[in-house]
Amino acid sequence: MSGVRVLVGTRKGAFILTSNEKREEWDVTGPLFAGWEMYHLKGSPVDPNRLFASQCSGWFGQTMQRSDDGGKSWEPVGNEFTYDGVPGTHQWYDGTQHPWEFARVWHLEPSRTDPDTVYAGVEDAALFKSTDAGQSWKELSGLRQHSSGHLWAPGAGGMCLHTIIIDPNNEDRMFVAISAAGSFRTEDGGQTWKPINHGLKSEWELPDSDAEVGHCVHNLAMHPSRPDVLFMQKHWDVMRTDDAGENWHEVSGNLPSDFGFPIQVHAHEPDTVYVVPIKSDSEHFPPDGKLRVYRSRSGGNEWEPLTKGLPQEDCYVNVLRDAMAVDSLESCGLYFGTTGGQVYASSDSGDSWAPIVRNLPAVMSVEVQTQS
Amino acid sequence: MIRVILPAHLQTLANAVKEVEIEVDVPVTQRTVIDALEATYPMLRGTIRDHGTLKRRPMVRFFACEHDVSHDPPDDPLPDEVATGKEPFWIVGAMSGG
Repeated sequence: MSGVRVLVGTRKGAFILTSNEKREEWDVTGPLFAGWEMYHLKGSPVDPNRLFASQCSGWFGQTMQRSDDGGKSWEPVGNEFTYDGVPGTHQWYDGTQHPWEFARVWHLEPSRTDPDTVYAGVEDAALFKSTDAGQSWKELSGLRQHSSGHLWAPGAGGMCLHTIIIDPNNEDRMFVAISAAGSFRTEDGGQTWKPINHGLKSEWELPDSDAEVGHCVHNLAMHPSRPDVLFMQKHWDVMRTDDAGENWHEVSGNLPSDFGFPIQVHAHEPDTVYVVPIKSDSEHFPPDGKLRVYRSRSGGNEWEPLTKGLPQEDCYVNVLRDAMAVDSLESCGLYFGTTGGQVYASSDSGDSWAPIVRNLPAVMSVEVQTQS
Repeated sequence: MIRVILPAHLQTLANAVKEVEIEVDVPVTQRTVIDALEATYPMLRGTIRDHGTLKRRPMVRFFACEHDVSHDPPDDPLPDEVATGKEPFWIVGAMSGG
C-alpha cells in the first residue's frame, strides 16, 4: 500500500500525519517533543525510516533527535555546533561588526546517497555536516569564511541558513540560501562557495540594489530532473535561473504580491511552480484575507490562484519558508502549514484542498515522505 | 546522593522523572553537580550550560534552599543541605514571556 508520511514541526512540538495514496483519511500522531520548538524534521531519501529533527528552546538551546523507525521512537543525538576556528564577525543591525554566535538549526538536509550523512543549516549562518547520523557535527567553514562574510547581516528572523539543495546528480554540488546574504553554490562538497545572486534586485532594502551579497532570499526550489533550473522566493520577487544561479530573472508576472516565503516545484512537471503570496514585509498575511496558493504551469510569469477548499475571507495567517512540500505519488500531492496551526493537503496538484488538521500550534515546517 | 530537580523540558529530553539522584564528588558545587548530571544524562549537555565555555545558559536558573544561586561562582560550595541531600538543587527555566 503506497501512502505518505507528513512531518510537521510546530512552535510547541512535532506531529506526524499519515495516509494512504488517496490522502483522504489521516492518522495524526503527536505532539512529539511537546513544548519544544521544532524547526525542521526530514527523512533520509536512502532510508525513509531514518528521520532527523531539530528541536530547540529559548531556555535550553539546541538539541537534535533521530529516529530509525519512522518516528515511532527517537533518541537525542549530537547538539554541539562549534564554528571552525576563530568565528570572526558579520554585520549587525546597527552596521557594526558582531561575532558569529550559534543559535539554532533551521534546516536539515539528509544526503541522497548515504543515510548517515546529513547537513544542517544554522543561525548564525553556517553549514554543518554529520557523517555519523547526527552524533557529531563539523562545519563546512568555506562558506562562512567567504570573503563577503563580514557583509552578511541578519534579517528580521535572524541570520539563518535556511535552504539546502543537493544536486541529485552530483552530491558535491549544493545550493544554499541565507537571510540576509543571498544564495551560494559549491561544486566541491562545501569546501568553496560562490555567491550566485546576479540578477537579484533589492531596491529599498540595499543601498546597492544589485549587490553581490546582502539579498534576503527566502527559499529556493529545484526539480530533480533539471538541476540547473532553480526557482527563488525572495523577500520581494519570485525569480528563476536556468544556469545554476549564474543569472536570475524575475518571473513574478501577475502575482497579486510577489512577497512570500515558500516556493515548491511539482513532482512530475518541472515547469509547474507554487508560491503563497502574502501582502508585504510588514503584513505577513494573504492579500484581501484570502488564502491562495498560486500555481504557474509555465515556469513562472503566468500564475493562477488555487482557492478551492482554502479560506477565502478573514484569513490572516502566514506560511513559513519550510512549511510547504510536495509528494511524488502519481497524482502529485501538496501540503502546507500555517502560523494559525492548519495543515492543508491537496491530492490533485493543488486544484482542491482540505485541512488535515486545523488547530496545531503555529506550523514552522512541513515535509512529506512518499511511501511506494 | 545529591537530589536535582529538572524542569519539564529536560525531564522529557532525558526521559527522567522530575527529581533525580546523582553521585557527586566533593566539593559539591554548581560545576560538580552539573558535571555529574551530564555524565549520567549525556543528552543534557549543551542545554543547561553552553558547550565549550560551560557558562550557564542565559535563561536557566539555579535555586538552592530558596535562594537563587545562579550568579554565584560555579566553584563555590553549595549549601550543606544540598550537599547532604536534605534539600534538592533546582534547575529552572527562567520566568519569561508575557
